[in-house]
Order: sequence, then structure tokens, then C-alpha cells
Amino acid sequence: MNHLYNYTLQQADNCLILGQRLGEWCGHGPVLEQDIAMTNISLDLIGQARMLYQYAAEIQGEGKSEDDLAYLRDAWDFKNVLLVEQLNGDFAKTIVRQFLFDSFNCYFYEALKSSNDENLAAIAAKSHKEALYHLKWSGDWVLRLGDGTEESHERIQSALNALWSYSGEIVIPTEADQAGLETGFGVDLNAIKTRRDSKVREVLEEATLTIPESTYSHSGGKEGKHTEYLGYILADLQFLQRAYPGNEW
Amino acid sequence: MNNWPLWEIFIRSKAGLNHKHVGSLHAADADMAIQNARDVYTRRNEGVSIWAVESKYLTASDPDDSDPLYEPAKDKVYRHPTFYNLPDEVKHM
Repeated sequence: MNHLYNYTLQQADNCLILGQRLGEWCGHGPVLEQDIAMTNISLDLIGQARMLYQYAAEIQGEGKSEDDLAYLRDAWDFKNVLLVEQLNGDFAKTIVRQFLFDSFNCYFYEALKSSNDENLAAIAAKSHKEALYHLKWSGDWVLRLGDGTEESHERIQSALNALWSYSGEIVIPTEADQAGLETGFGVDLNAIKTRRDSKVREVLEEATLTIPESTYSHSGGKEGKHTEYLGYILADLQFLQRAYPGNEW
Repeated sequence: MNNWPLWEIFIRSKAGLNHKHVGSLHAADADMAIQNARDVYTRRNEGVSIWAVESKYLTASDPDDSDPLYEPAKDKVYRHPTFYNLPDEVKHM
């Protein structure tokens, strides 16, 4: 078991799957400007995934490429959290999912900049700037919808209720997370949890939303146990490489 | 979202140059106009600064007044600084 490899894949898979999900909005956004905003963020995430996959392939040392990791692994090999594979739903649900992820991603990269692995540190430095904007974007929309009209408030509150039990998994340490913390290539998830919780609380309160009381957390994604949705995502994402191996643009 | 006002967007492509009009977009308020402009008009590295002005605050000249306003300037060649030799080092003239 190579912890560094698994650690890199965990984050790469989060970025790829959420990027793919967000990309589903392309051409369907509520207004043109937000359609572009979502696809921009989608491409940022896929860009982050690419850097991480390239590095993971290098660590693996089997001569594989980023494409092998993205297109030729099966659902049980994916280590993304369950949150990012959830359905887009309406715009409010996409915003809540994004905000719960961004509020992690931003602090994660900020901390990862101090990784003793120089590749991870460099990827984090580049990605952190993107994540800061993502968090601003999704946080602003939580405020606008929560503190907006009666309908927007209702929709985002029900999205929050539906996704709340998926928000915690990302800060629950795996073996790779633990090894990363001990060896110094990874971050301290407990410290990130504290910062993230307070940011989430602050924004939700300002948005006049009720924070669900349940502390139950779905988990399993990081170990390859996924919801039914991942298979469908991979069917879309991987079809071309599976049907026409090695095909290029 | 249909009643969001229209905003005119101006982008400075790099420090030292002036802001230029690049287009318009819809947004609920000024903050959203800047964010939307960032996403719509700077995604290919077009700018380092954005101005957003709600379209209703712009006053435009009337196309019907074109003759008295612009025609007279057409034959005033002496108003152009074309009789000077500019050093190569002077950019953006």
C-alpha cells in the first residue's frame, strides 16, 4: 500500500467527479453568466485532477498516464467522497454541494502548500487560488438563495437538509490521511475540520438557514464504497476510452 | 432572474492600459456583476481589472446627430499628430 499514491488519488478523484458533475450543467445553467461560472469551476477542478493524476501515475511507477487513472479504473477503485457524486438536483442543491466541498477544498490546499512533498505543495499553491474563488462564488450564492425569496430559501434549506449527512466524510481521516499527517506530506484534517466548520456555520447563519442537528455522517467513498450514482457518472465519463481505447482529440 | 438589470463591462487588459468596453451582462447587483464579468470576460486571461456600470446610467449620443457631431472632424487632418516622428520606445500611441 503506497500511502502517498492513495492520498493523491483521493483528492484527484474528488476533483474529477465533482468537475464531471458540474459539467453536466453546461448549456443548462439558470442564466448564461452562471452557466459559464459553473463550467469554469468544472474545468478548474478537472485541471486540478489532471495535475494530481499525473503525479499519482508517476508515484505508481508502472508507466501509466493520467488517462489510465481517470478512464480505466472501476467504481470500487475511486476514492472520492460520496458528497461529490450526488445528483445536481436544482441550482440550490448544486450550490450547497459546491459550498460544502469548497469550504473543505480551500483550507485543504492552503494547508497542503506546506506539504514536505514538493509536488503536492506546488499543486496546492496553484489550486488554492482557484479554490478561494470557488468558495467565494458558492458562499455568495448560499447567501443570496438563503436570504433571498421564500422559494429560494425553501429550496436551499431542503438541499442543505438532504446533503448535510454527506458533508462530514471528507474530514474523516483514512489510513492514507493518517500516514500523510505523520510523515508530513499530508495535512491535519482535524485542524481543517475546525476551520471549515466555523466557515460553514458563519455563512449558513448569515444566510438565515437552519443548520441540521444530525451529526450522522455517510462514509465509504474514500474506501471505494460508493452510492449508485458513481457508476452512471463513470459510464458517461469513461465510455469513449472504453469503446475506443487510446482514442485522442 | 429575468428582471436582473443589464450591466456594461469594462476590462483593463494589463496595468497601464485603459479600461475598454467588452460587452454587457445581467446581474442582480454590483457584486454579482463583477463576478459574472470575471467568469464571462476574463476566462481567457483577458484582464487585470474590471469596471461594471449599470447600463441605465450610460448616456449615448443620438445616431441622428451623427452629421453635425462627427462629419466636421473628418477633413481636419491637421488635428492628427502625424507630422511628428515618434521614437520606437513609445508604445500604445
